[in-house]
Amino acid sequence: MELEAAKMIGAGLATLGMIGAGVGVGNVWSNYFTAIARNPAAKEEIGANIWIGFAVTEAIAIYSLVVALLVLFG
Amino acid sequence: MAVEATGPEVGFPVDPLHQFVVVPLLDINVGSLDLSFTNSALWMAITVLFISGFMLLAMRGRALVPGRLQSCAELLYETIANMVRDNVGQGGRAYFPFIFSLFLFLLFGNVFGLIPSSFTFTSHIVVTFALAIAIFIAVTVIGIAKHGVRFFTLFFPHGAPLWTAVILVPIELISYLSRPISLSMRLFANMMAGHIMMKVFAGFVLLMGLVGVVPLAALVGITILELLVAVLQAYIFTILACVYLHDALHLH
Repeated sequence: MELEAAKMIGAGLATLGMIGAGVGVGNVWSNYFTAIARNPAAKEEIGANIWIGFAVTEAIAIYSLVVALLVLFG
Repeated sequence: MAVEATGPEVGFPVDPLHQFVVVPLLDINVGSLDLSFTNSALWMAITVLFISGFMLLAMRGRALVPGRLQSCAELLYETIANMVRDNVGQGGRAYFPFIFSLFLFLLFGNVFGLIPSSFTFTSHIVVTFALAIAIFIAVTVIGIAKHGVRFFTLFFPHGAPLWTAVILVPIELISYLSRPISLSMRLFANMMAGHIMMKVFAGFVLLMGLVGVVPLAALVGITILELLVAVLQAYIFTILACVYLHDALHLH
């Protein structure tokens, strides 16, 4: 049962990696809105690129999720 | 483990993980190979049939001034055509049919998963990983076929000092190899987490009696959010496939 508990704690700790991704995704969007507020004409120019930036940043959160799942079920 | 913690035996009225159980509907066994027709396969078939039927029906008239249905089909087409034009660039036209099918399959798979008591096949890692690894292998093969050995310059950014190769090449290699994992995990995790959250809130509604109106109101909002996530994740999956294709075709 102690191993079980240690796994749970370990998985919980692994999700701390998502803090960084949270800050990163927040940065992506705040810069997006700043850019549009300063130059509304840039909206078309930025277009779908914002989603690529968002997805690549979010991947970091997914890695910590993978680690957490590996710790839990691996 | 989660099943033990939240199952009905602890007093929680809904089992949030029950919706992900794959049930064989039609047992087909070839030797020791289990090829049963499952509820996952059923919803994939429904999705494909719906997309084919919708597209054929909508484009039947081929009107110069589109009607309602034809406008829907043209809207989907335009969105993906623009995506391919912007993100793949030159030579991307040849891959448009695949990208378009991929987008529609994921989009309607995600959206049909929101129908109550249906099955979301994209909430299974095996489905999303199969798609992602197929894209990954295809992109790598296309890149090597087009550029030969020069394809491997993809792992070394153009113009960086040569000595940084020691650090940069392993980093680029790892980030390239982790593409199918992050691509499949993103869709799988988003769909699974969203559906578990909806079921947990549904459990709150049942538990709280009359006060359950509060989580019910939240549930309405969450359902709208899930619809957004379903469309968004299909879009992101497709756009990343386009970006990977661009890398292989144009090497940065």
